Amino acid sequence: MASETGIGASVKRKEDARFITGAGNYTDDINAAGQTYMVFVRSPYARAKINGIDTADAAATDGVVAVFTGADLAADEIGDLPCGWMVKSKDGSDMVAPPHPPIATHAVNYVGEPYAVVIGETLEAARNGAEAVDADFEELPAVVDLSTAASADQIHESVPNNQAYDWELGDKAATDAAFDSAHHVATVDIVNNRLIPNAIEPRAALGEYDAAAGTYTLHTTSQNPHLERLVLAAFVNVAPEARLRVISPDVGGGFGSKIFVYAEETAVIWAAGKVRRPVKWRAERSESFLADCHGRDHVTTAQLALGEDGRFLGLRVKTKANMGAYLSTFASSVPTYLYGTLMAGQYTTPAIYVEVQSLYTNTAPVDAYRGAGRPEATYVVERCVETAAREMGIDPAEIRRRNFIQPGDFPYDTPVALTYDTGDYEASLDKALEHIDYGGFGARRAASESAGKKRGIGFSCYIEACGLAPSQVAISLGAGVGLFEVGEVRVDVTGSVTVVTGSHSHGQSHETTFAQIISDKLGVPFENVTVLHGDTGRSDYALGTYGSRSLAVGGSAIIKATDKIIAKGKKIAAHMLEAEEDQMEFADGTFTVADSNQSITFGEVAFSAYVPQNFPLEDLEPGLSEKAFYDPPNFTYPAGAHICEVEVDPDTGVVDIVDFVAVDDFGHVVNPMIVEGQVHGGLAQGIGQALLEHGVYDDAGQLVSGSYMDYTMPRADDLPSFTVDTTVTPCTHNPLGVKGCGEAGAIGSTAAVMNAVTDALGVASVSMPATPETVWRAASACGEAPKAPKEGE
Amino acid sequence: MEITLTVNGAAKTVDVADNALLVDVLRESLGLTGTHVGCDTSQCGACVVHMNGDAVKSCTVLAGQANGADVTTIEGIGNPDDLHPMQEAFRDNHALQCGFCTPGMIMSAIDLVQKGGGALDEAAVRDGLEGNLCRCTGYHNIVKAVLAAQSST
Amino acid sequence: MYQFNYHRPSTLDEARSLMAGAEDGVYLSGGMTLIPTLKQRLASPSDVIDLGAIPGLTGVTVNDGTVSVGGMTRHSEVAASEAIPALADLASRIGDAHVRNRGTIGGSIANSDPAADYPAAVVALGATVHTTNRSIAGSDYFTGLFETALHDGEIVTSVDFCVPDAAAYEKFPNPASRYAVVGVMVARCGDCICVGVTGAGACAFRATALEEALAADFSPGAVDGVGIDHSEYNSDIHASAEFRGHLVGVLTKRAVATIA
Repeated sequence: MASETGIGASVKRKEDARFITGAGNYTDDINAAGQTYMVFVRSPYARAKINGIDTADAAATDGVVAVFTGADLAADEIGDLPCGWMVKSKDGSDMVAPPHPPIATHAVNYVGEPYAVVIGETLEAARNGAEAVDADFEELPAVVDLSTAASADQIHESVPNNQAYDWELGDKAATDAAFDSAHHVATVDIVNNRLIPNAIEPRAALGEYDAAAGTYTLHTTSQNPHLERLVLAAFVNVAPEARLRVISPDVGGGFGSKIFVYAEETAVIWAAGKVRRPVKWRAERSESFLADCHGRDHVTTAQLALGEDGRFLGLRVKTKANMGAYLSTFASSVPTYLYGTLMAGQYTTPAIYVEVQSLYTNTAPVDAYRGAGRPEATYVVERCVETAAREMGIDPAEIRRRNFIQPGDFPYDTPVALTYDTGDYEASLDKALEHIDYGGFGARRAASESAGKKRGIGFSCYIEACGLAPSQVAISLGAGVGLFEVGEVRVDVTGSVTVVTGSHSHGQSHETTFAQIISDKLGVPFENVTVLHGDTGRSDYALGTYGSRSLAVGGSAIIKATDKIIAKGKKIAAHMLEAEEDQMEFADGTFTVADSNQSITFGEVAFSAYVPQNFPLEDLEPGLSEKAFYDPPNFTYPAGAHICEVEVDPDTGVVDIVDFVAVDDFGHVVNPMIVEGQVHGGLAQGIGQALLEHGVYDDAGQLVSGSYMDYTMPRADDLPSFTVDTTVTPCTHNPLGVKGCGEAGAIGSTAAVMNAVTDALGVASVSMPATPETVWRAASACGEAPKAPKEGE
Repeated sequence: MEITLTVNGAAKTVDVADNALLVDVLRESLGLTGTHVGCDTSQCGACVVHMNGDAVKSCTVLAGQANGADVTTIEGIGNPDDLHPMQEAFRDNHALQCGFCTPGMIMSAIDLVQKGGGALDEAAVRDGLEGNLCRCTGYHNIVKAVLAAQSST
Repeated sequence: MYQFNYHRPSTLDEARSLMAGAEDGVYLSGGMTLIPTLKQRLASPSDVIDLGAIPGLTGVTVNDGTVSVGGMTRHSEVAASEAIPALADLASRIGDAHVRNRGTIGGSIANSDPAADYPAAVVALGATVHTTNRSIAGSDYFTGLFETALHDGEIVTSVDFCVPDAAAYEKFPNPASRYAVVGVMVARCGDCICVGVTGAGACAFRATALEEALAADFSPGAVDGVGIDHSEYNSDIHASAEFRGHLVGVLTKRAVATIA
């Protein structure tokens, strides 16, 4: 067993050699001979009718190759951008999605929506042309405020009340009954702030058309190139899948925002066919702010009913979710199946009822962003729990303990449709309490107070559901795609291995993690395993990377394919060793006849498979290359305990995170170094939501936080070093016993920070982000809101 | 206009537009695509290179301003067989994920350590990296890497 | 960027004559504000006249209680200077390391961004702004939002600061841009107290009410009694005028505490 590079080892990454030497190959690094440059002409208004678009001056601009409007795409029967998940309202009716042409034709509905494209010989020429496009807009009042959007002007002709759907989950009557019998009800009003994803690599696309073959090739910054191809082929009508290749080369971060099929790459690939030349586009950051899908943006009222003993009896949640101007690729699923289903959290709450009204506004579309629904759910549950603890005078750790689902309760059916397979929530909490030195908090708080600071501690015990599955259940609930993954293991003639995965890596380190799995399972040296991904020309139809699924789903497909390799290898080895197949054992890269000293190496078997002299050709095909599709039987359920300790300067409102502990249960861990890195990044984003980040539109629908000058990205000096640890209850239903780690940091941390801030200030609530002014105002008005007693105080 | 500059030790003469940026010269004229562009307001730091010994944002330097300058990019500090200690520290400490901010981050970190006189602590490293955004790592391992590189040099 | 003609003169006279001959010229010093502005096509000068190759405009020199900073001196150089620690501290907190390696004092004060740091020092440290044409008292230099006393074509050649008995700069940075939401430079020179404020108003100014209170009692507590009128202060998504007013008080107290 190659223990230094196998499962469980913190192997250094294969990817790094190119990234640290500047040899990465990102979309914008790729150029095609004779390429042109596309610039999008974007709406300056949040809402306006387009009475006409005059492109004559633009077309006549020096160096402009072509100018197209939505009408040109429509004339080519280029279809709308679809939403891939049908959610139904309480009354059984289908959600209402407005038409979403890639390039607006009759109206624009958010600032930054493209209404024309200009293609130039140079970027500068295209920009000059874009400035010469003259549109006749009739500006209309913008609908910006989510809380009043349902009664505001109707944005889309086909969408009454600006409502996409009014969805529910859970047992309303049982929940009402629980509240009727409650000893105490804790109520929270929450605004889950709008976030702008901001992968540091801006989105980009390079479209090429081969007129002789009639084929299109699109290089783009996609987390899931097959999905991109499927949508462009089946819905948008660019070309059949067989004549459309989508390649996602190195991609500089995604966080959800690069899952979706956008107007830009649609226009790029279509236009490449129109102008018969390569067309390139890279977003300016200011475009990314306007035109990347945003995240979160909920307004919620939630109530937790408790018995006298602090046991949770019922949870009632009513949420308005902002969809922005159109329904993006997976937008409908985020505040529903990825949100309402998580409301049990880690607790035995017996009755839960969730209502979600999703509404359109004249803002950028909102879709999945790291965590996607689950951070919102965690925030609701954990703010309720913390509030209840304070109001009832129960230690916040203790109230959670009293309500945890116990290790013996699994599999556990929640009242909101999920079945948790395994977990040990108290183990994570205990470890986190130890790391943070909970017993010493009282003394630390006193020390802070004597220095004029306010110290607080906040908990968040989160659950997440990863590796969205199984396909049949999801499809029955409205999903428009399957949720499996494909993996292919190609053993080379000399015994090295090429893995082709449908999962896409844009920071997740698949080239390393998946190579570790193969190295471990096949006994092939780690350095002799190459992992390929991100190319529809290379792999079978795949679903790509989202929802922390790559290892749990993509990795499982690779394991399945590897099992097939081993099974076939055993047949070959049995033949070569003149033994029976069922006598063959395989370990550490060697096939052995049981209870004998007869053995043959994996490399010898591979060679024989391709140079089949001593090979059972009558029974077996030559070659050693296997593929598997894996459809998970259930979600995986990572969970953990995050504890945040803050110190607030009441004079300036500055919140300093003095300690942050995350103890997560991801099941088995393949590469601890990589997993810790994923947690760190998630924590930064979750803390960013709590303290820094805010996508702000003004009343006219102009994006006020439209650049790094105003949108506060977490920087190195905003964050502490984190204490990260794990507990392990292996997933019960996938071969590696893994759960997924990509989003946990972002899911758990936000509530921990805000519980700490409110604890420090002794106030019931502080809105996010807890900026200095917000905190200063809360601190200045510091009343006598209850603080829960803490151990050690 | 024509400018001459030294890039990674080699003299280069390039013909550029008056409004070209140094980053355009590097990426487009010289094909050095390791230097990245991540924003348009001089905030993200993905484009950081060394110019006459200082870390600068190459997206905020006109090509003409770089005329005669000595410029070092990520491609000029090491290669996979002979890494710069900072590159090595980034790899060893898992200080990168998607890799997009990494070239600028490494170039900033080298300048920071060179000018830090071996006295940087965690706070000084965090403060010194405020001009480089990373969305993947939460900076935790970047800070570790920079401190490790400081100790190793 | 729009097209423009780029020039790199080697003398001030050449620079001024290029400017005089340009249809709509602009000087380029460090470029930390101008270049992003050009990139976003928010300005379309016909000519960009780079002052970077003109000798004699850089450096920090000390002479008879006066510190003279050349107009093209980069922030990093001022940050490393020792004559006025508070000025060095201010410079060390401008932007980020890369900005400090390129940005210049002349460029900064010629731009007069209401949130820039240097203006606080210019008004608080008895500065004199020397230009190609004349000398302007620091207290007369900033005239409004992105407005200064400079005439067309005039170039800041150096800025002189009086070395105070003691001074301190306190900054509350914008969490996103790292410009100053409010920056306060408090300087004590004999009995004279200067409080220079940047970030709060349209341009840097001296907070005279605070100065009077501190002249009578140079202690943090003296600030408490001063009502800070924030009615004309800036307001944005990061800080309301009221919060800025509050911060002026807090930062002044902290600066005084550092000195006293």
